[in-house]
Amino acid sequence: METALRQGDTLLFCAPPVIAAQAAVGGKKESEGPLAAAFDELSRDNLFGQKNWEAAERALQLRAARLCLQKGQAAEDTVSLALAGDLQAQCTASSYAMRELGIPYAGLFGACSTMAEAVGMGAALCAGGMAQGVLAMASGHFCAAERQFRTPLCYGAVRTPTAQWTATAAGCCLLRPAGPGAAGVPVRAVTFGRVQDYQVKDITNMGAAMAPAAAATLLRYLRDTGTPPAAFDCIYTGDLGRVGSALLAELLEAEGLGPYHHEDCGCLLYGADPKVHSGASGPGCCASVLCGEILPKLAAGRLRRVLFIATGALMSQTTFLQKESIPAIAHLVELTAPGWKEDAR
Amino acid sequence: MELSSEEYGRRVRRAGPPSPLGRDCLWAFCIGGGICVLGEALRQAFLAAGADKVTAGTLTSCTLIALSAVLTALGWYQKLAAKAGAGSLVPITGFANAVVSAAIEFRPEGRVTGTGAKMFTIAGPVIVYGTLASAVYGLALWLPGLL
Repeated sequence: METALRQGDTLLFCAPPVIAAQAAVGGKKESEGPLAAAFDELSRDNLFGQKNWEAAERALQLRAARLCLQKGQAAEDTVSLALAGDLQAQCTASSYAMRELGIPYAGLFGACSTMAEAVGMGAALCAGGMAQGVLAMASGHFCAAERQFRTPLCYGAVRTPTAQWTATAAGCCLLRPAGPGAAGVPVRAVTFGRVQDYQVKDITNMGAAMAPAAAATLLRYLRDTGTPPAAFDCIYTGDLGRVGSALLAELLEAEGLGPYHHEDCGCLLYGADPKVHSGASGPGCCASVLCGEILPKLAAGRLRRVLFIATGALMSQTTFLQKESIPAIAHLVELTAPGWKEDAR
Repeated sequence: MELSSEEYGRRVRRAGPPSPLGRDCLWAFCIGGGICVLGEALRQAFLAAGADKVTAGTLTSCTLIALSAVLTALGWYQKLAAKAGAGSLVPITGFANAVVSAAIEFRPEGRVTGTGAKMFTIAGPVIVYGTLASAVYGLALWLPGLL
């Protein structure tokens, strides 16, 4: 039996795998934001009881994984693979977190696009009969990211109005293949993005670097499937921020796309907090918004059909200092409420 | 998408909200000026206490550096700097902040390989090019004297 149809870059699952459980964990700033109630667990201590920020992110991710397994009532040995990623050099937050769990693991790096990459790959493996359960997980930590990519935390500097704030958060989903007893939010389709580079070199304006990637992947999915954008209750992008969202709207308008409803996880997480300037970012931002906000709404039927497009900026400190532009990527996942049927639209 | 990088660059420049230049300058002037006033008050106090001009200047610099180091360790200096910008960066207190913040930040990586090695990651270039500039200035003073 065919497991998926490939139309252009889009994989359409014949028997869609489901997200059977999910968990979102956040830090102090997240606990003060408008989405605080969406998190399964929040910590006022950004160190999560650890000695340094890297260890804190590990603890954060491990907590999200354990909560997700607990919510899905899944023993570790019923999970075939964990796909996880983060921003720390060599993906160490994920690798060290996975040291604690007895689950086969493959590390992913897609910067802030990691969550959609993990869900997309996990769904493909489940749909193809190659995994019975997959954990898809991503995390970010403001302090670990600041000291790695920018300046020490106590260094006095002014943030530019286009800058974004790395969320201290993690999200984890448990994917299961379709079948009797597999309840959850179906992953209908996945589009893996292509790298886009519009020569943006300003690392304090990642939203601008990533907006063309989001537009390109969205347009490709819509063309591949012949779906109008109004067919979705919401098109969620992962951390373009306010600047990137405005640019995405311009790009889509230039392509003649409309009407549609767009929300950005980077704008949702902290609301209008002026301290975060353009909005939230980091792999944990859209991962936690997906797990805390979007999936529960789909599961409850308050959203019927959405697109989740996580975007990532793929430069490094080295390429930035060598004056290279910022390549960006966006991966797309189509999610629906359980029991949603295409003709019931 | 049929969009050139140049055209997109133009859109990015339009979409990005500009820095509030007037407000930033005012903050920088007030805080930077405030640090200078504090420095002058300290210098006058040292002079009044009987120090000569050179010693009073040295003591003033040392006091400001110590004050900045303490404020950095308490996490207050960056809160001030988030508003003051160049006003807190340019005075000697900003230099102290650059050294102390890096020293604190990289403590988990060890006293030698962390604090010791990373302490001057931000301040290092200032020392390098400051020394170089002083050598150039020295040459500029010395060369005309040869003629």
